[in-house]
Amino acid sequence: MFEVFTVLADQVTYSLFDLQPKSDMANALHFFIEDTSKIFFLLTLVIFVMGLFRSFLSPEKIRAYLEGKPKGITYFLAVALGAVTPFCSCSSVPLFIGFVEGGIPVGATMAFLIASPMINEVAIVILGSVIGWELTAIYVGTGLLVGMFGGWATDFFKMERYVEDYVWKIRTGQIVGPTYDNSLSGRITFAWGEVKEIVGRIWKYVFIGIGIGAALHGYVPADFFAKYASADNLFAVPLAVLSGIPLYSNATGVIPVAEALLGKGVPTGTVIVLMMSVVAISIPEFIILRKVIRIQGLAYFATFLAIAFICVGYLFNALA
Amino acid sequence: MKILKVLGSGCKKCEQTADLIKNVANELDIDVQIEKVTDTIEIMQYGVMSTPGVVVDGTVLHAGGVPTIDQIKVMLA
Repeated sequence: MFEVFTVLADQVTYSLFDLQPKSDMANALHFFIEDTSKIFFLLTLVIFVMGLFRSFLSPEKIRAYLEGKPKGITYFLAVALGAVTPFCSCSSVPLFIGFVEGGIPVGATMAFLIASPMINEVAIVILGSVIGWELTAIYVGTGLLVGMFGGWATDFFKMERYVEDYVWKIRTGQIVGPTYDNSLSGRITFAWGEVKEIVGRIWKYVFIGIGIGAALHGYVPADFFAKYASADNLFAVPLAVLSGIPLYSNATGVIPVAEALLGKGVPTGTVIVLMMSVVAISIPEFIILRKVIRIQGLAYFATFLAIAFICVGYLFNALA
Repeated sequence: MKILKVLGSGCKKCEQTADLIKNVANELDIDVQIEKVTDTIEIMQYGVMSTPGVVVDGTVLHAGGVPTIDQIKVMLA
């Protein structure tokens, strides 16, 4: 189904640029062309199709749904709903306040905020198409588990004491759900608007990711990773997680990097936790959340996630 | 004159919403005053979680994205 992108990359690399097959340059360019065409095609397609069917889930509906549910099951519901709710990190703060004001535990709210950027339909389709469905299932399952763990830990360690005081005092008016034009033309306009908005926001992460992936694929010998990033090296997993903290990318942008690393024989667990750390623990997201959570709270939160990712990485490397 | 408030923390969609309302109002020759509300607490007090939202004469008439031209015409009517 995706051969067309390979053929395109073959044509450009070997015919248009007339590069020697198997040379470093050819390998890198081939990777770049194939991934750029495939990922941007899928990105546009998936966002457009999801845009047509939007409006079945909004943060407002989830708030109404989670209100008054027993704490234990809110973690599960929050991550599951977070994964299928279209959500932009620019709405983190209104969402946080809206959830907390609606009496939803801070833990469930954090679980939602962890899962939502890591797992979404766009990331799932592209991940599945680029690195295979088995690894995608592992990524999704792990992401959901870490989200639930993060939510539970938030409540268990009473992290709500780090929520800024003003948040508790806000009384919202009647929550107003999104108002959509549900005619076909309204849906198409909306879906196309989503494509422009989301691709316009994330294209740079995707290009950087593909560029890094292409450079790794073409120029870094597999021996390098065999030497430094094999499962025998106990430092590889923590190092992958820690290096992901200052780095930030959208979930789609990190996929080509993962693809290149897996191609070089870096163990699955190490690659998956690097992806998760890059996407879930990020400075821009923390700066946004700083408006509602004090710095100590954010530090604990980043530490929980880092520990969880490190455990996951070791576990998968041991099982593989 | 109608007073409209565009609720949103300053993202691109909020700018688009304000511009679109201005254009539609000009086209229909309706005198409007547009205020941008960027303070999260104030936005929440209107009950809006998904921005941009549009408030006309104190009532939230739209939330969750850039409104379509037809929706704006209804707001201005």
